[in-house]
Amino acid sequence: MNPIVEREKGLLEVERRINDLRTANANQPVDMSAEIAALEQKYEELQRELFASLTPWEKVHMARHPERPTALDYISQFEAFDELHGDRHFRDDAAIVGGFAMLGGHAVMAIGQQRGRDTKENIKRNFGMVTPEGYRKVKRLAHTASRLGLPIVTFIDTKGADPGISSEEHAQSEAIAMCLYEFVEARVPIVATVIGEGGSGGALALGIADHVLMLEHSVYSVASAEGCAAILWSDATKAEEAATRLKLTAADLQRFGIIDEIVPEPLGGAHREPLAVVARVLEAVRRAVQRLSAGTPEALLEERYRKYRRIGAWGTGRRENNGTTP
Amino acid sequence: MPMPEWLRIRRGKHADQRDAALWSKCPMCGEVLYRRDLAANLFVCTKCAHHFRMSAYDRISMLIDGDFAEIGAEVTTGDPLAWVDKKTYPVKIAADREKSGINEGVVCGIGAIDGCEVALGVMDFHFRGGTMGTVVGERLTMLLEEARKRALPCIIFTASGGARMEEGMFALMQMAKTTAAVARFMGDGNFFVTVLTDPTTGGVSASFAFESDVIVAEPKAMIGFAGRRVIEQTIRQKLPDQFQRAEFLLEKGHIDMVVERHELKSTLTRLLRYAASGKKVRA
Repeated sequence: MNPIVEREKGLLEVERRINDLRTANANQPVDMSAEIAALEQKYEELQRELFASLTPWEKVHMARHPERPTALDYISQFEAFDELHGDRHFRDDAAIVGGFAMLGGHAVMAIGQQRGRDTKENIKRNFGMVTPEGYRKVKRLAHTASRLGLPIVTFIDTKGADPGISSEEHAQSEAIAMCLYEFVEARVPIVATVIGEGGSGGALALGIADHVLMLEHSVYSVASAEGCAAILWSDATKAEEAATRLKLTAADLQRFGIIDEIVPEPLGGAHREPLAVVARVLEAVRRAVQRLSAGTPEALLEERYRKYRRIGAWGTGRRENNGTTP
Repeated sequence: MPMPEWLRIRRGKHADQRDAALWSKCPMCGEVLYRRDLAANLFVCTKCAHHFRMSAYDRISMLIDGDFAEIGAEVTTGDPLAWVDKKTYPVKIAADREKSGINEGVVCGIGAIDGCEVALGVMDFHFRGGTMGTVVGERLTMLLEEARKRALPCIIFTASGGARMEEGMFALMQMAKTTAAVARFMGDGNFFVTVLTDPTTGGVSASFAFESDVIVAEPKAMIGFAGRRVIEQTIRQKLPDQFQRAEFLLEKGHIDMVVERHELKSTLTRLLRYAASGKKVRA
């Protein structure tokens, strides 16, 4: 069970009691507003206590929260959206949603990793784990966008690329590599937002961008905390420690220069006020697209190359580089 | 196979220590092999033809005619996350240096293969399982940039367990960095070959390994994105032995050829000559 969901159960109970009291108060002469106010204060305190500061491990669970807004919750709020389907070879992967969209009066190519919001949809969407067919759809859409001069807007939300037999038979490695290749070469602004979990190479396939945003409580990591614990500690119960050590939070990654902007979430997480969060993200994306659209494609490509060229941490005889070099 | 003087110096005392181990047991057939015979046979089992994993410098001396001008050797491991698991990251790196005789997971440089000048990068599984951290990414990027500047073909030998977790997202971003360098290199009409050796997985297979013009693999090399164990846990059944092997990938159309180690140098030379006889066209 997701520990964030567990915590919310207690809060929901208080919420229900407040509502009951309000209903009762309206229907009877005795004034209970003092009691209601006290409960409301209690509710506020509890909420702050539970959610004001989240550990990296808690953020991992917040990022996986079943009610957290998914890619389609964002894409559906564009001014227009026409979905395009399929990899033109084999299959349409429902874990990728993509197509033409309108944002701030301008056309863009929107592409997102889509997990399900319930079990039935999760089966259809393969829990947001993308297969090679999905990555080939991404590559195709990015290529069209680059040719037409439409900015690319991506939403990242995956545990990782699909690790199945069929995916290996259909060249998962090549499919991801070709996405990376397409994104480094695309002659249009790319804005990526990590809205939930950004898991490994399967996430990076949509993640090479001129401007990378992260929701405050989303995570972005080289490997899942569980996977990292199993490999480096040989002990799956060390996942919490791994989550801390991996530095997978938005604040850490902004400090490292790996992401560019953090979009704040309401107390308790994005799912508490989903529409407000979606609007905030889309506004940040729109601003980034607008700023990046001002220059020439050549300048954009040069800046993108430099940005990734300098990411690293190494020592030489002459200099010590921890984080990124200017 | 005589060892060039520069290589003898570079390998220093570590090579001597390793050479002190006189015998190697073949992990496939169990045959006990005299180390010098094994080396003379390019680290291929004389009984069952199993291809042993090779160190970077052994590979380089197998392929390169004379001198090899290293690129990026001065770039050494940092510790951006101040990583600690059962040991600290610097302690693990020091142990790997001692064990492998090299200071990071890839050796890069310029040399000639049968007279064809080439930029060559060789990953070494003996160093952190060939994982790609920022030094591996940085050195390969330097190699590709130098090759582009001099319009040389580039060959990269891969051997990797994927991205190096101890460097977190810095390691993952090397997939982006190397891909950007590959795209510029290839965009100028330069020839890129990758040789996938056992094993090539994760972030390395999902970036430059599968971005080349020609993908060669060594026999039985394990090649894939997800590790075998991960897939087996996901599907809750054992995978057939040939799954994710080089021959399986050839059959599925993912790679161009499976080449035995004794044929590798002559094959690469032919590939370099085909490419050299063309007229380059920029993308």
